[in-house]
Amino acid sequence: MNTVGLRFGALLLPWPFEREYLQLALVAGLVVGICAPIIGAYLVQRNLSLMGDGLGHLAFAGVGLALLTDTSPLWVALAVTIVGALIVERIRARSKSSGDLALSLVFYSGLAMGSVLLGRAGAGAKASSYLFGSLLSIDRNETLVVVVSGVVIVAVMAVIGRSLFAVLVDEEAAAVGGLPVRTLNDVLMVLTAITVVVGMRTVGILLVSALMVLPVGASKALTTSFRSLLVVGSALGVGSVVAGLVLSRVVDTFAGGTIVLVASAAFLLASLVGRSR
Amino acid sequence: MEAGEFAALVGPNGSGKSTLLKLVLGLLTPNTGTVSLLGGAPTELRQRGRLGYVAQRQALPKDFPCTVEEVVTAGRLNRIGWRSRMRAEDRFEVDHALESVSLLGLRKRRIGELSGGQQQRAFIAKALASQPELLILDEPIAGVDAQSQDEFATALTHLRDEHGAAIVLVSHELGAVAHALDRVLVLKRTIVFNGAPEGLTAQGISLGIHGHDLPVWLEGLR
Repeated sequence: MNTVGLRFGALLLPWPFEREYLQLALVAGLVVGICAPIIGAYLVQRNLSLMGDGLGHLAFAGVGLALLTDTSPLWVALAVTIVGALIVERIRARSKSSGDLALSLVFYSGLAMGSVLLGRAGAGAKASSYLFGSLLSIDRNETLVVVVSGVVIVAVMAVIGRSLFAVLVDEEAAAVGGLPVRTLNDVLMVLTAITVVVGMRTVGILLVSALMVLPVGASKALTTSFRSLLVVGSALGVGSVVAGLVLSRVVDTFAGGTIVLVASAAFLLASLVGRSR
Repeated sequence: MEAGEFAALVGPNGSGKSTLLKLVLGLLTPNTGTVSLLGGAPTELRQRGRLGYVAQRQALPKDFPCTVEEVVTAGRLNRIGWRSRMRAEDRFEVDHALESVSLLGLRKRRIGELSGGQQQRAFIAKALASQPELLILDEPIAGVDAQSQDEFATALTHLRDEHGAAIVLVSHELGAVAHALDRVLVLKRTIVFNGAPEGLTAQGISLGIHGHDLPVWLEGLR
């Protein structure tokens, strides 16, 4: 564990990343900036843009449970969100008309459960660091978990991305053609859950969904192919993180919120450019 | 169905075409009896990637971010498996499928920018790229212009003649493919006709002439 931290600590980066905690924030932020739009591209095209937001509510319940039982918020939130994501996928796949109501029940119950558990744990003050992120306080171990999770997300998507795309284009034809559609959808939801929890410590539960959606929306306005949607989306995610971190240092604002505001500006700008083409 | 056979399934609305299609595709299980395709159960064919399916569809949104080539390439996954990488042979088959539906020149265009007929041809090319042993098409040419219908017919006969695929076409508009059909099945909750297209002529129905009016004519068939 220390090896990673020492390596970051030893890096000689210019302002505004000259200190170790800023370098850890940069690394964690970059991982989320790359991964969130990759996952988000598939969610947005399936009209599931707010899925990350909903799963964030479940992650909040996981954080509450972890603080009450004095266990690791990251790991407990991960377990709760993955189980919740698989249940949500089942509801989504089976429900036709009442699906959104069932999903609302799961998501809001998660948020309410998180608030109740945090209160019982006497840790209400910590809530905002999970809801809005606390990127500049991320430590070496958490950064390592974020980096490993990011590598797993990118590696799995490199293998199953084409199949997920085939499901996106025509789910029924993909099933008839022999692709394991249900398994693929489950894997996408698990990866979404991992991304949400990884993003929880960077931009926060309430804003992680923004990094899944906004860079993809911006990329969609500028690109023609799905491959370029992923590449440009990730590039915009990375750009938003770097610019947001720099800006937050300059004007002394919360890093998570500033990153998302930069992503929002990029989205608006790209929409204008896309419309004028 | 036999290998290399080109059959059309026709019938009035509510005659059971969609239910039969779902049974054949393995999306529904029959209460009684069994379904056998090319000597096996539908689920076996699905697992081996031997079934192709083109659904009836609305045009994709204009901002759908993928190219014609990406859509067609997605069809090739049935053949190469979801974990494998594309080889030169796979790229050749994708090009070949695009050429078969006259969309090679539009391969880099956004699929949403194509007309409804062109989009449908792209989805047929996607099915062709998978080189299925049995291709099932559900109302694939509904609302498609006459030129696209002719190119569609050429693509299907190419699949049958060059690749020996069996084809089942569910459609109300058979004019463009009437000359190529080996068999016509007329469904009105049960099969009321099963034979060569010429057999229908004896009952006063010509597929070539009664293109748009076919459902009306089929109502009278007993």
